[in-house]
Amino acid sequence: MDLTIGHYVAFSAALFTIGVFGIFVNRKNIIVILMAIELILLSVNINLVAFSVFSGDIAGQVFAMLVLTVAAAEAAVGLAILVVYFRNRGEIAVEGVNVLRG
Amino acid sequence: MTLISDLQIAAPEILLSGFALVALLVGAFAGDGSSRFLRAFSTVVLALASLLAFRQVALPPEAAFGGLYQTSEFTSFAKGVVYAIGAGALFMSGGAVRRDGMERYEFPLLMIFASFGAGVMLSAGDLMSLYMGVECLSLSSYVLAAFLRDDLRSSEAGLKYFVLGALASGLLLYGASLVYGFAGSTRFDQIADAPYSIGLVFGLVLMICGLAFKASAAPFHIWTPDVYEGGPSPVVAFFATAPKIAAVVVFANVLFSAFGVMEDQWALIVAVLAAASMLIGAFGALNQNNIKRLLAYSSIGNVGFALIGVAAGETFGTSSILVYMTIYVVATLGLFGGVLAMRRDGKNVELISDLNGLSRMKPALAIALTALVFSVAGIPPLAGFFGKLMVFRAGLQADLLWLVIVGVISSVVSLGYYLRIIWAIWGKEPAAALDPVDFGVGVTVVASTVITFPVLVIWIGGLINATSFAAAG
Repeated sequence: MDLTIGHYVAFSAALFTIGVFGIFVNRKNIIVILMAIELILLSVNINLVAFSVFSGDIAGQVFAMLVLTVAAAEAAVGLAILVVYFRNRGEIAVEGVNVLRG
Repeated sequence: MTLISDLQIAAPEILLSGFALVALLVGAFAGDGSSRFLRAFSTVVLALASLLAFRQVALPPEAAFGGLYQTSEFTSFAKGVVYAIGAGALFMSGGAVRRDGMERYEFPLLMIFASFGAGVMLSAGDLMSLYMGVECLSLSSYVLAAFLRDDLRSSEAGLKYFVLGALASGLLLYGASLVYGFAGSTRFDQIADAPYSIGLVFGLVLMICGLAFKASAAPFHIWTPDVYEGGPSPVVAFFATAPKIAAVVVFANVLFSAFGVMEDQWALIVAVLAAASMLIGAFGALNQNNIKRLLAYSSIGNVGFALIGVAAGETFGTSSILVYMTIYVVATLGLFGGVLAMRRDGKNVELISDLNGLSRMKPALAIALTALVFSVAGIPPLAGFFGKLMVFRAGLQADLLWLVIVGVISSVVSLGYYLRIIWAIWGKEPAAALDPVDFGVGVTVVASTVITFPVLVIWIGGLINATSFAAAG
């Protein structure tokens, strides 16, 4: 069986869905949310590279490199904010993020 | 296209990023002692960038860097407003920054990077530069929201903003990857020429979700009240103004320039977003006591009004979006100046009841805030009324009568909570006295009030003419 573009897109759609569910269903730990965000960005990269290869257009691969770079920056900012939050709150449970409401 | 002309097209952003990188080095070597100097300098540089951007409004639309970057009157005007308002927000932040322990050199620089990101996403002519701009704005905003490191509420605001913002970036990006796959290009002009396919619509819808989040349109508004309440007031003053107009204009620009031929597909989606935002903005704010939370709902509602202009499409809506958002962000900057002025015994107070009897304690501030609140509410003699008139007219021209009716209803409902503020200021007995108002805050509030009434009222024809490019061709 040959791998077609459809396989790649279906795979990346599955990864994306897992990532989105990881953010909403997860009730325990904020680190898991960071991992889910990373999963979403990686699913995008698979999409971009697959489309780029199958259409013979290099732009998608350039885009994927940019996404990788931004994903690293995003993880750095996210972890930094998480550290600040942990120092103030003493825990990183998702249920604990409830000071602001109304 | 030579390199020189490319650089000229991107001049405002190059000025900002170049300055920010040099200032980063200065701050790293000189430490937080340089913060005051850098803040003053950053304000001036933002104002200069605003002048450069406004100058580009008169120039014909151009593309640079192989189509990654493009200017048009529509986006250049918005860029000018973004930078000017950013300068205003930075100018009035001084006193609050000093007293709340935010006197660190990163503060003005993050504001510059956020404005730079807003400028890049406004000038984007390609999905890649759009994404880089959105991320530059977002990443700086997450850090700014959590800027009070030792404050639980600020760090929680930053955390919530980060998690939901990263999800929205993911949606935007996944949509962009589908659009790239089905259109075969990341450039807006080539996406516009691509044949219709269901994958393209899928990508478009996901991108709308991501952009609606950045503009805090309902139902993607959940983060707004929390971030506004928890974030430091000078930062929230910035969030509610500069990135807001940038996000709405980018929203419109992407839909108009890349997906213009698919207007049938997105017009209804945007109209529903607009209606939901207006209603949630109106009803959500009714039982709020915290003024920052109330202004958050007010901003959700006002984004809804601006989205009527987007739903009306490029022919009718372009000018109304710019007029509405410009008037709105100018008045909102002044309102947040009022929030910054609410200090008692050296502490920030932010309940509506803390404004009780302001008319007897500080009559000038009371009059200014009254004018600004009425302008945001859209009461006739003030500039905000003309903004609402413009978007309603655009909606009627595009046969969106139901949307205009929803708009009128939510205007009336939202008058309820705007009048609560007015009643607290004029009708209630004074509470304990507020601290003296900072010079920067005072100047900004007066400037924004004078621009709201009478400058923009007298000059409203000029503003409409200055923003009517689509009709002129």
